[in-house]
Amino acid sequence: MSRFRVAVHIVPRRGLLDPQGKAVTDALHTLGFSSVFDVHVGRHLIVEMDARDSSSAESTTREMCNKLLANPVIEDFEIASVSTL
Amino acid sequence: MKFGIVTFPGSNCDYDTYHAVVDALGEEAVYLWHKDHDLRGCDVVILPGGFSYGDYLRAGAIARFSPIMREVVAHAERGAPVLAICNGFQIACEAGLLPGALLRNASLKFVCEAVRMRVENADTLFTNRYDRGQLITLPIAHGDGRYTADEETLARIEGEGRVVFRYVGGPGDADEWWSPNGSMNAIAGIVSAAGNVLGMMPHPERAVDDLLGSSDGMGVFESILSRVAA
Repeated sequence: MSRFRVAVHIVPRRGLLDPQGKAVTDALHTLGFSSVFDVHVGRHLIVEMDARDSSSAESTTREMCNKLLANPVIEDFEIASVSTL
Repeated sequence: MKFGIVTFPGSNCDYDTYHAVVDALGEEAVYLWHKDHDLRGCDVVILPGGFSYGDYLRAGAIARFSPIMREVVAHAERGAPVLAICNGFQIACEAGLLPGALLRNASLKFVCEAVRMRVENADTLFTNRYDRGQLITLPIAHGDGRYTADEETLARIEGEGRVVFRYVGGPGDADEWWSPNGSMNAIAGIVSAAGNVLGMMPHPERAVDDLLGSSDGMGVFESILSRVAA
């Protein structure tokens, strides 16, 4: 067993109205960042855990996402990174 | 008839709901603690409003794993009535008792006001004391009430008459769909496929006395009583 730190990105599902993302986009435009055409506001989670290896840490985290951390009806998730602690 | 009102850490409408059942309806009610494993013989379970677990992660996401929820889901699967109000609606969606999910209001603001809605289906366990098309006014108080589902689900619940309450009457036409939170199809409340679970963002328990502004919510409680007692 080793210790791992798994980073997870959770964002609103594409195509759903994302008022927070829109508000941030508008604010960026106001500040002159006219190149921005879309922003998505989501959550970033760091899960620290014991696992046999990094692929098992990743698959366990994926299971956590499906069961609790993300809601598949409204959110998409991706495992951003897995690193040893 | 015995009502069980579930108290989660962060529930704040459980006492109002108790008042509606016991004082306004005149029936028996007990509080069910979220750590309980037993519904104590209740005929009807109510998931009340509030901010269970501080809305951490997503509204209702953590409450659905409370020990009592296993019993509530089994109760619903037996076809017994579950009334899920506001945060209860969010929990019921997270638990898979109802389709879809409730997202942050489109305005990004918490909305607390009395709003008008139309009873779209008066044949359900929860609405048989209303008339189809009846306009009622109930309070809403939520930050995450934007009902969202995929197109197929939306078409199915509309086609099956499962949209029970719909917000109407914005600044213009009183009968026009109008959503205070950006809900798809201005949906305020839906029932499960079997019809025994109602999820609604408006608060019927806060509208049980004319002296306090409206008694339009009594119909929900009276409907349950008339159907279940019969």
